[in-house]
Amino acid sequence: MATLRDIKRRIKAVKNTSQITKAMKMVAAAKLRKAQGRMLELRPYSDKIYEVLGNLGMAASADAHPLLMKRPRKAVQLLVLTSDRGLCGAFNSNVLKAAVHFTRELNDEGVQVSISAVGRKARDYYKRRDIPLANSLTGISGKADFKHAKQIAMDIISGYSGSMFDEVYIVYNEFKSVIAQQVKIVKLLPFEHEQKEKEKEAAEAPESHVSYIFEPSVEGLYLTLIPKAVEIRIFRALLESQTSEEASRMTAMGNASQNAGEMIQRLTLVANKVRQATITRELMDIVGGVEAIKK
Amino acid sequence: MDKLALDIVTPHGTVYSGPVEQVDASGADGDFGVLAGHAPLMAILRIGALIIKADGKPSYYFVGSGYAEVLAGKMIVLAESAEKAEDIDVERAMEKKKRLELLLAKKENVDFTRAQAALERAIARIRIAKEYAGK
Repeated sequence: MATLRDIKRRIKAVKNTSQITKAMKMVAAAKLRKAQGRMLELRPYSDKIYEVLGNLGMAASADAHPLLMKRPRKAVQLLVLTSDRGLCGAFNSNVLKAAVHFTRELNDEGVQVSISAVGRKARDYYKRRDIPLANSLTGISGKADFKHAKQIAMDIISGYSGSMFDEVYIVYNEFKSVIAQQVKIVKLLPFEHEQKEKEKEAAEAPESHVSYIFEPSVEGLYLTLIPKAVEIRIFRALLESQTSEEASRMTAMGNASQNAGEMIQRLTLVANKVRQATITRELMDIVGGVEAIKK
Repeated sequence: MDKLALDIVTPHGTVYSGPVEQVDASGADGDFGVLAGHAPLMAILRIGALIIKADGKPSYYFVGSGYAEVLAGKMIVLAESAEKAEDIDVERAMEKKKRLELLLAKKENVDFTRAQAALERAIARIRIAKEYAGK
């Protein structure tokens, strides 16, 4: 049986751990708020750019841009977004699981898949399995900036234009709410308009069809705006992923703190029992001794 | 006088939102001015200044390449970066300019178009901050 001192030591250890998890939870909560704010800041911009592209799409032909053209898919690039740090529940394993599943499906169809990893966790995962990475970007967890999105977009667009792959997908955790994150696989290239429904409505309503002055030209506008839209889509995924990471960490650390609390309670109970047992035993000894002397 | 509802939006948030009398922007094909009642327009903006006149007072903005749309009394400017002239960090822009010039001078291992665009932005920032400081 464990001695009182052993149990006390364990309680102390658990208490220390719970202090750390509590602190991590707090930090994650603060970071979550910040990440959520950045997501909200991006929203008007991204909404607007899609709207504009929708308007343009009606004026321009579908093949006006190389990034719009569909090719038979023989090779696909998969962009996997994970975090740099762990201790955030199933956040990373969910994404990686989905990525592996998706890769297998494509492989079964005879499609080649190359992986581009964002975040240390994805990089390490593929490295451990000796799967070569086309590209990897680490150290941006928690401080993803628009320039990172631009960099990723540029790599992808140049690879796509160079016919190194025919389609690009991005796998990331979408932020639904603090307790719910959902893994999403989204097609990045060839570029497709997101709000198809809305566009159709707009096309059917003739009075909404305005004749714009285009400067320099419809094609010129398309040419500059489509890569921008790709950048924005990547940036949004980065921010979503980041927000999900903090939310996931917050939940995981909250659970850990709670478990630690329960453990401390249980251990305290055991410790009290042991102490009482010791006292009772000592008392009995004394009483026994006194009785012996009396006789 | 009729007013134009202007929004300047960047990936990092909305920089300006409100009614204005006039907007002068630097378009890819040349500068243009927009008043209330302007015809629908879509235009690419190059790196440069954006001058807003609201309540008779002009204010100056730096806009890193973007896009502008005018429709039905509303104007929307989508820019990767946009700053008010007073808020421009001139020192940082100067430093960046120096660094990029060195980088471009070396002519090796450089993403030329990107570095050049960054340099252009830095120069435009400095120019706008100096030109409109105190105005």
